[in-house]
Amino acid sequence: MSAGKPVTRPLTIAISALGGQGGAVLSDWIVRAAEASGYIAQATSVPGVAQRTGTTIYYLELFPAPGLRASNTAPVLNLMPAPGDVDVVMASELMEAGRAILRGFVTPDRTTLVASTHRVFGITEKSAMGDGTADPERVMHAAQSRARRLCAFDMEAAARGAGGAINAVMFGALAASGALPLGRQAFEQAIRDAGVATDASLRAFDAGFQAAGRIPIPQDDEATPIRATTEAGRRLSARLGANFPVVLHETLRFGCAKLMDYQDEAYAGLYLDRLADVMRLEAQLGDPRCSYLMTAEVARYLALWMAYEDAIRVADLKTRAARFETMRQEIRAEPGQIVQVSEFMHPRLQEVCEILPAGLGRAILGSKALSGLIGRFFGKGRRVRTTSVGAFLMLSMLASLRPTRRGTLRYGAEQARIEAWLKAVRETAPADYDLAVEVAACARLIKGYGDTHERGLRNFEALMARRQMLQGRPAGAAVMANLIKAALADEEGRALAKALDELDAPHTLAAE
Amino acid sequence: MAERSFAEEVKSLRLGAGETFHGEGILAVTKALLQSGVAYVGGYQGSPISHLMDVLADAQALLGELGVHFEASASEASAAAMLAASVNYPLRGAVTWKSTVGTNVASDALANLASGGVTGGALVIVGEDYGEGSSIMQERSHAFAMKSQIWLLDPRPNLPSIVEAVEKGFELSEASNTPVMLELRVRACHLYGSFPAKDNQPPPLAIRHAMENPVRDVSRIVLPPASFVHEQEKVTKRLPAAIDFIKTHRLNEFLGGSTGEVGIIVQGGLYNGLIRALELLGLSDSFGRTEVPIYCLNVTYPLIEDEIRGFCADKKAVLIVEEGQPDFLEQALNTILRRADLQAKVVGKDVLPMAGEYTAQVLQTGVRAFLADHAPRLVEKATPIVVLPSGPPPTEVRALAETLPPRPPGFCTGCPERPIFTAMKLVERRIGAYHVSCDIGCHLFSILPPFNIGATTMGYGLGAAGAAAFNAKASKRTVAVMGDGGFWHNGLTSGVGNAVFNNSDNVLIVVDNAYTAATGGQDILSSRGENPTKSTRHAITEAIRGMGVKWVRRIERTYDLKRMTDTLYEAMTTPASGPKVIVASSECMLNKQRRVRPQFQASVRAGRRMVRERFGVDAETCTGDHSCIRLSGCPSLTIRPNPDPLRLDPVAYVDNSCVGCGLCGEISHAAVLCPSFWKAELIFNPSGWDRFVNELRRGVIGWLQRGAERRRLARAF
Repeated sequence: MSAGKPVTRPLTIAISALGGQGGAVLSDWIVRAAEASGYIAQATSVPGVAQRTGTTIYYLELFPAPGLRASNTAPVLNLMPAPGDVDVVMASELMEAGRAILRGFVTPDRTTLVASTHRVFGITEKSAMGDGTADPERVMHAAQSRARRLCAFDMEAAARGAGGAINAVMFGALAASGALPLGRQAFEQAIRDAGVATDASLRAFDAGFQAAGRIPIPQDDEATPIRATTEAGRRLSARLGANFPVVLHETLRFGCAKLMDYQDEAYAGLYLDRLADVMRLEAQLGDPRCSYLMTAEVARYLALWMAYEDAIRVADLKTRAARFETMRQEIRAEPGQIVQVSEFMHPRLQEVCEILPAGLGRAILGSKALSGLIGRFFGKGRRVRTTSVGAFLMLSMLASLRPTRRGTLRYGAEQARIEAWLKAVRETAPADYDLAVEVAACARLIKGYGDTHERGLRNFEALMARRQMLQGRPAGAAVMANLIKAALADEEGRALAKALDELDAPHTLAAE
Repeated sequence: MAERSFAEEVKSLRLGAGETFHGEGILAVTKALLQSGVAYVGGYQGSPISHLMDVLADAQALLGELGVHFEASASEASAAAMLAASVNYPLRGAVTWKSTVGTNVASDALANLASGGVTGGALVIVGEDYGEGSSIMQERSHAFAMKSQIWLLDPRPNLPSIVEAVEKGFELSEASNTPVMLELRVRACHLYGSFPAKDNQPPPLAIRHAMENPVRDVSRIVLPPASFVHEQEKVTKRLPAAIDFIKTHRLNEFLGGSTGEVGIIVQGGLYNGLIRALELLGLSDSFGRTEVPIYCLNVTYPLIEDEIRGFCADKKAVLIVEEGQPDFLEQALNTILRRADLQAKVVGKDVLPMAGEYTAQVLQTGVRAFLADHAPRLVEKATPIVVLPSGPPPTEVRALAETLPPRPPGFCTGCPERPIFTAMKLVERRIGAYHVSCDIGCHLFSILPPFNIGATTMGYGLGAAGAAAFNAKASKRTVAVMGDGGFWHNGLTSGVGNAVFNNSDNVLIVVDNAYTAATGGQDILSSRGENPTKSTRHAITEAIRGMGVKWVRRIERTYDLKRMTDTLYEAMTTPASGPKVIVASSECMLNKQRRVRPQFQASVRAGRRMVRERFGVDAETCTGDHSCIRLSGCPSLTIRPNPDPLRLDPVAYVDNSCVGCGLCGEISHAAVLCPSFWKAELIFNPSGWDRFVNELRRGVIGWLQRGAERRRLARAF
């Protein structure tokens, strides 16, 4: 081939779409738009088993055809993208954009990357026992550095806003990106010719076209600051403002608000009392990092722990008017549409006794005959129709037991556990500050209901039992952090059991 | 009914001379069959050839007009055996399946067919499920072609070449009395392109005519002494005839430069990839005009020795571009050149990988290495369009490798199979882990997260057979899983019959979702819907009882998790001996939604009172443990940021793809999870009574809520 002569080459487009996002229709639209504009278009796809919940990769090549038909020659078009030779990469989800980048399809000299920034979480991200979500910043960073032109925004939200599907928004963004030498008319005509949800698709196309032209506004994920609205709130606010360092104020305000909502002002006061002890100790220790890290950890988990979920709390949350509004929005109920709601409850005898006065609860649980008799009424899953008057009344009555909470069996047990945990933090801190921070973080393991709660508590106690053994050991805090990680690794407790075995073994390999 | 309607595609099958066909590769094959005067077509669905079956199933009217018999075969073996019609009669027949798995199943019939030989053209269209997106073991159909002596076509991946391969394939088959296999890779099957159509041809001999005028030729039957004669015939008559036909009709192509020290021999299916590699190296243009001589094997078996000798005679080195292993072509090439005492060096799997798909990058790297070694002059004068990156990718790209979450295939939203595996997990909690033998089908997704159930899969319908060895007195039984598709394909005999005969004590769960769901929702014997051309509604339980199983339970609604769990528990613990079979029935949700959704919308429009169910999770009570997700795995059950600024873990959330199957609620009951799940019923076109009750409730509940809200605000922060 002689150098200098302009060479006609195919335009190459790789599309990565998840099942149900309309990737095939998008590919068809591009083919139609290109063919109508005098291109030879070839498209193919690799669905494989990915057809269910995985990704389908579409690959298109468009070749400018003027004069070709007459000369009876046809270009040889390829069936898969070559790294470094892709003009447009379209991804219907952020991580899929990342995958295209990782595969080398996005290169700074060539590639326009049209990507939706929303997330469709993978199963491993969803099923993690804590937060297993991937870091979107890494993908955005790679996209910015690798793409010649980046057109990225939340196309799913744009589609929702326009009442269409994401594929049409992507098509609109492609048109706006200017990566294909076709006019907007050609794109829109392709949608009309294909005749798939034409009106909705044209709307979503327009939304995509418009959005691609604007610089996306970064979303503000910061929690809105909280202000006191009542006299009691202001009292607590003034107290925490006067007695605690500024770095903790926000967390403490959230904590106080949560506990007032949960119980009352006095309970929030107890929260601050408990924290004051921890904070003073940290200050005495000289707080190596001046960040009140330990108090901050305790503040977070103490608030959550003190607001433990009992039947009273659940009933309270379930009967709130705001909840009904949220639900209606979530299920996209029309204004005025009748919606009935049922809850899936499964009160067990244990949980019922927990909200009884401590003596009574203990008596029932301690007596086989009583447990058997009363247990017969519980233990079975129940559907409670919250929107019916009877069930709502019942839940309201349960919620109204809030003032009696301090006398309940569960309250006593939780406060004792909380005190023990706080004591453990305070005892550890002077000897091993870093370990104390991890001991505070152990409270993260306690969450959920029923079996989940019991498992969390078991793991928590297993870790607490190793506290003294780790104290003063080099890297004791790191070991504890690993134990927390192991406890959150799998439900069956395999990782934790293995980690604990290694820890408890009299001769570790490292010692040899 | 298949997953979608192919009415549009059927129209393009009616195109005639002078018109242009636009569509995907596998439909072009379908059209080419009709243009070739095919008399009968059979096959077993599976990616990537399902559409061939689906379109023909929807094209009954056209097939009736032409007099073509189409059959959705019970298995690939049934399909292959169907080609027996071409043994004695000049009837053209075509069958299709996913390969190599389908070819494995079909190989008994194929071997018999290939031994006796054919009179009418017999074409086997195999969708080679190899490389990216493949769901099966990575093997080559090539081996089957060689062992049974079936000619193997591997045309260039463009629609005109593929169509020509079908037409010439029939002729080749007839000229050499040998069945012909047409191999199409996944991307070629899904390839959108165009070709000039021809008129459809009714078969010259009607099937009815053959039935009414039977022909018998004992020399075509595989039985001694004929079988020994067949083997001789294969090498003395059929092979020379095939070679002659392939040469005469120039089925293989000499492309690129005509002279040069080096050359490339390529499987037809990889030609476009090879040209792109040369183009990126600066050695070809987009039309395949290159100095490098290329011998394109549109027929990869048999090899035409004269053509190869001619191509290699003046060359110092040739590159053979052959995907997959073993390297049959490279070995054959070496033998041919050695026999002819030609000194051209054969390069292949030393610069290209022995195993794995030949992607654009792999080809570019391999071709470059070959040319750099043997034709450095060419490489030096060329200006590459794309220079392959050297060294590791940039840091920010490498960082993605550990960031990106995998996306394994999983059950669809609302899939009725999911509760079966939830039940298995719950039973496991009660009696401890047990061995699970899996099968092929959607249900195999159970081996992946979040279920992680299942130890082996030995092939379609072979779930129960895969558990056969576990037939000893033990404290735990083994569980086998089998889909309804696999059940009718062979599982009824290989699994159920085998278990009865051998007094197995194990448990078999038959997943009955009324379709072969994994291959695109085709009907089977036990489908519940009416099918205008097929006989459906044959109960699986009756077939199982007919086989002699005494302990049979049918679950009518798999979403009834308690019943599902209790039944499985009973099967695992009952003192009853002999195989225990649970038929777990609920319609495939993908197909159900396709059927039900338009009906629902029509009813709403018509003003009828309709109720839509949807599920949700209270973000305030969810504590972010995600137990529910680990027991469900429903795509609509996902996560979102925790609204509570104090909590770090994301909360569960049901998105709007929820179809209201109810499993989440059942799980939170059965597993005593948490009270966060709710079910909402949206009422469309409410009745007067609905309205009355609603007003009453709103009055009372609203009053209570306002009071509670006042008290809450009073004690708020």
